[in-house]
Amino acid sequence: MKVDLYEKIWIAAAAVMIAGFLSAMAYGAGKHAVHPPSHIETIDPVTVRTSSEFARPRVETAADGSVLVVSVVEMFRFVPEVIRVPAGVPVRFRMTSPDVIHGFQVVGTNANVMVVPGYVSDFTITFPRPGEYLIVCNEYCGLSHHFMQGRLVVEGAAAE
Amino acid sequence: MNGKDFRLELANFWVAVGAFALGALMAVMQALSRADVPLAFRSEKIYYLSVTAHGVLMALVFTTFFIMALGLGFTRAALGRIWCEGWAWASFWVALFGTLMTTVAILSGTSTVLYTFYPPLQAHPAFYIGATLLVVGSWIWCGVMITSAMGWRKEHPGKPLPLAIHGLLATVIVWILATIGLAVEVLGMLIPWSLGWVETIDPILARTFFWWFGHPLTYFWLLPAYVIWYTVLPRVAGGRLFSDPLARMVFVLFVLFSTPVGLHHQFSDPGIDSSWKLAHTFTTYVILFPSLVTAFTVIASLEVAGRIRGARGLFDWIPKLPWRDPLFASIALSMLTFAFGGFGGAINAAYAMNTMVHNTAWIMGHFHLTVGTAVALTFMGVSYWLLPRWTGRELVGRPFATFQPYLWFVGMAIFGGINHLTGILGMPRRVYSATYLGSEVAARWEVWTDLSAFGGILLFLSSLLYLGVLVATMFFGKPIEQAPIRFAVPLEGPPTTTGIWDRLGRWSVVAVVLIAVAYWQPIAHLLSLERFGSLPFRPF
Repeated sequence: MKVDLYEKIWIAAAAVMIAGFLSAMAYGAGKHAVHPPSHIETIDPVTVRTSSEFARPRVETAADGSVLVVSVVEMFRFVPEVIRVPAGVPVRFRMTSPDVIHGFQVVGTNANVMVVPGYVSDFTITFPRPGEYLIVCNEYCGLSHHFMQGRLVVEGAAAE
Repeated sequence: MNGKDFRLELANFWVAVGAFALGALMAVMQALSRADVPLAFRSEKIYYLSVTAHGVLMALVFTTFFIMALGLGFTRAALGRIWCEGWAWASFWVALFGTLMTTVAILSGTSTVLYTFYPPLQAHPAFYIGATLLVVGSWIWCGVMITSAMGWRKEHPGKPLPLAIHGLLATVIVWILATIGLAVEVLGMLIPWSLGWVETIDPILARTFFWWFGHPLTYFWLLPAYVIWYTVLPRVAGGRLFSDPLARMVFVLFVLFSTPVGLHHQFSDPGIDSSWKLAHTFTTYVILFPSLVTAFTVIASLEVAGRIRGARGLFDWIPKLPWRDPLFASIALSMLTFAFGGFGGAINAAYAMNTMVHNTAWIMGHFHLTVGTAVALTFMGVSYWLLPRWTGRELVGRPFATFQPYLWFVGMAIFGGINHLTGILGMPRRVYSATYLGSEVAARWEVWTDLSAFGGILLFLSSLLYLGVLVATMFFGKPIEQAPIRFAVPLEGPPTTTGIWDRLGRWSVVAVVLIAVAYWQPIAHLLSLERFGSLPFRPF
């Protein structure tokens, strides 16, 4: 197959660019453990509201200062509706849905995860900047989808 | 042989155009709704119903019928005839019946599940059954395309297929591989569940099969556009195709890497291990490569055209190109838009960056630049070129046809650009209203959504011009001698022998292996879990 010289140069440049993109991602994943939320745990959606863990949605602070948020995301609300967490501390979220698929997105942060019935979404994130954040559902879940909203209040002094 | 009879192509073409017309009507209402314009009939129910209708009619019906029309028309032109034309008619009627069934299910308000139809949202069974028939119709079309290519090969032993047919066969293979995932989801899960034969459904398993289908679906749209860019555009521009063998390689790479990539749509999903998401990220980036090669070959072909037209300097070949030709303008603007859309796609598929844009308005902006412009505007442009050839009627309102792609381009630059921006600002996609009870951060989106509605109106006006020109040509166009459909000639002359990239059958086997490797483990792992299904919900 005859390939023009300029086209060869272009092809090589394209390959190098793609390799560069992939190396950057491999570096982030390998060296700094940057991964999307990928927890694997199942739960019966019918019994979410009576399960020992999710019957009482809450924000808990452990002795070492780390925070656990247990939340039920359902048509058409986030429970608890207001989540207060300290700035600069790892916050672990455990969430599930008793009905359809929802999205949990804290606008202006990297918290953006699917909440799927039958599965538990579990991820940990640190919010460095204090302030009030809007939580929205970003997966269509019915005619009141756009009414689904919550608030995340990050309290305390700004962290690095 | 009746070479002047293009009823088969025209039947598919007009169903596509009809779906486009209805889809465009839905679209303008949504753009206005998002900007909170108080329309008389505006309601949540109508809004989400119209989002469902717009997605299904544009992304599934317009594209599929247009591609079927194109595939049949190019087969007739490049191979001399269509083998098993009767089956092609069967494909048309089955697909049309399915489309009508699904459309009625949507418009009746019983199937407002959007075009991704994620369970446990449950549509009326007719929604799923109609969509299945549309796909079954397209499978029959696939059979006609393959039979025609094999029949031609038998009559021309040792000769490579014309490039246009090579590209369309790649499209057919990608479509067959993609729809295996859809068939498992719809036939194996959704239809039995919607009919009440089984009580529950696993949403993650369904989503995994959906995205097995959903990503290669985008290449099913894109590859026919590439066929037009490679085989029609250089000739219309007055030039030659820069490289025939590289174009064949590009189509083979799409056969290989279109499907084992779907998990990059599920980065934020629970139930799937991150190592498999990373693996699919790698294959997704590999698929950038053939598009980058395409960019070079097509633009180099245009430079050849400019030089044949007398250009001598470094860049003066650009103004020498036929910017007033509706087909040329449509495709040139499609390619320009696709450059931005493609890089946006690389951000969507980025393992870590995706979280910033996932399910925001950015995604909507992205696919309106890609399928909504790179593909749709190419199809609009080629409509102006094909319709006179198929009907023997002169294009009516040529100045409108020339202006239309520019209007579309400007409208989409506004609409698509702004949706990228509001997505970065955190606005979710698919919401009836984005005011969030006066939330401060949501207020910052408002001025932008108003401007994007303006872009939507320009797009709607452009759609009206497109539809007006086509309908006027069909009914009032002056009868003319039908010009033949002819394809661009490669710079080095047409290939005379087959090479490694012509062995589509063998490459398909490799593609199946890649899909098995990419999906075996994630699906086996899901099946090994103690899973609790979901009951149906119909909150619409």
